[in-house]
Amino acid sequence: MGPTSTLAVSSSGLTKRFASGQVAVAGIDLAVPTGAVYGFLGPNGSGKTTTIRMLLGLLHPTAGEHTLLGEPMPRGSATVLPRVGALVEGPAFHPYLSGRDNLLRLDAADLTVDGRTARARVGEAMDRVGLGHAAAKRYRHYSLGMRQRLGLAAALLRPRELFVLDEPTNGLDPQGTREVRSLLLEVAAAGATVVLSTHLLSEVDQVCSHVGVMHRGKLVAQETLAALRTRHAPRVVVTTTDPAGALAVLTAAGLADGRAAAGRAGALLGDAAPEELVAALVGAGVPVSGFAVEAATLEETFVELTGEGFDVAG
Amino acid sequence: MSRAEGAGRGRLLRSELRLIFGRRRNWVGALVLASVPVLIAIAVKVAGSSSGDSFIFGQITDNGLFVALAALTVELPFFLPIAVAAISADAIAGEANLGTLRYLLVTPVDRTRLLVVKMTAIAVFAAVATLLVAAVGATIGLAIFGGGDVLTVSGTTLGFAEGLLRLVLVCAYLTLNLVALGAVGLFVSTLTEQPIAATIATLVLTLASQILDALSQLSVIHPYLLTHYWMDFGELLRDPLSLAPLGPGALCAVAYVAVFGAAAWARFTSADVSA
Repeated sequence: MGPTSTLAVSSSGLTKRFASGQVAVAGIDLAVPTGAVYGFLGPNGSGKTTTIRMLLGLLHPTAGEHTLLGEPMPRGSATVLPRVGALVEGPAFHPYLSGRDNLLRLDAADLTVDGRTARARVGEAMDRVGLGHAAAKRYRHYSLGMRQRLGLAAALLRPRELFVLDEPTNGLDPQGTREVRSLLLEVAAAGATVVLSTHLLSEVDQVCSHVGVMHRGKLVAQETLAALRTRHAPRVVVTTTDPAGALAVLTAAGLADGRAAAGRAGALLGDAAPEELVAALVGAGVPVSGFAVEAATLEETFVELTGEGFDVAG
Repeated sequence: MSRAEGAGRGRLLRSELRLIFGRRRNWVGALVLASVPVLIAIAVKVAGSSSGDSFIFGQITDNGLFVALAALTVELPFFLPIAVAAISADAIAGEANLGTLRYLLVTPVDRTRLLVVKMTAIAVFAAVATLLVAAVGATIGLAIFGGGDVLTVSGTTLGFAEGLLRLVLVCAYLTLNLVALGAVGLFVSTLTEQPIAATIATLVLTLASQILDALSQLSVIHPYLLTHYWMDFGELLRDPLSLAPLGPGALCAVAYVAVFGAAAWARFTSADVSA
């Protein structure tokens, strides 16, 4: 079995250069393990949506290749895409049709489902996203949050093995956001793989098992969330008038990556016990005016990776 | 193709037709199309026919079926093309504009299959629009003027049933030519995400064709113009009936469908969908 057999999404050298010459995606190698909830993170404009459009066959890659559920794309579209539920760059429906009729139309386009069960499946999907009461309402009268829910309902029209969701909580109120997150965890618990594109760190923090970070068209990090958290191990920071002396003590205690600067010294904490370090510093006559153990937050890690801030609200 | 798969294909076409015929905008358009024969019938009833009338208009007071033919003649240069242009230009550009195109494609709907379904729906619409004008015209015409024998251009008369058959043949010929216009509209529709722009472009092409066709100096290109053979439907009012004079028009229409259908396919199947 090849390595792709355990990957729900894989790509090698996937690249998109637009006619304008702009390189939106520059040779990325995605590896989304089957069963993962993969947070596809990046600032706006970093190439996430272009990547998703290529994965789903909407854009033709300039170079590179990719597979979905083990099948090469876009050749496997007809058999793979019915097993993929997608929300791409926000919901889009016919404004003068009701929510229900919009879903019936999408269902009618799917050659792999039984039309006789369409109404039942549409009703079920709408109930699942909490739109049962608004099924007969025209889409144009839907609020932003209702539209987003209808988009998710379209992805839930039939059982799927993979969900590719671009900013699924966009426009939802806090209550709706919580509901969508629990829906994601629900489908993931049922065994589906989820690729969740977002610029919200809290979303990744709460639901994701894996993370891929996009920055200016490149995939600058891709690992489990746990690994990313430990990537930036906690550091000891000593505030002192004698940085050189403090550094000597920390180094003598076996701490790695020691650095000294004006008024402070620091090193990786490692396995050392902070209280023993304080005692050692005081014992060595280093004037300690401050002592702290600083762990990098997820946000700091991402800022470091991308050089840009993230929206941590929501 | 299995039966279930065949039924699946039918579902999308039915959905497409529901989309077209369920849309309020298109009902307004249908109302406009249907009002012309009513207007003609009332005008002729009130004012009577005059010596300056064409053959078709001159026969209205003798036989109500001619209201249908008169209405088709009047609507052919602009009203019917505007209806077909609006529907066909909306086919891809409209879905791209709403963003629904990307969701159809990831369902997935094969791009070739989507074009075939769209083109089929356009053809159905062209037939329905033509038949609507004819049916309203025939109905009000027969109600006001009655239906007796039908005078042909050749000077002979036909029975009512034969006359009705001729009217159906006229509708079939005009539908074929409007489908050719629809193929042009479908191609234009693959070029843009703005359905209004696509509609206008398609209409401009239709009107340009009519203008070029009116310039005798350009007679060398006339046989290749989309609209050149449209008025040939009058040949169907001769006795005996011969379909041969409609051959060039039918051939031209089929050629337009083939060429613009292929162009739409080449464009759409290779295009990036970024809407």
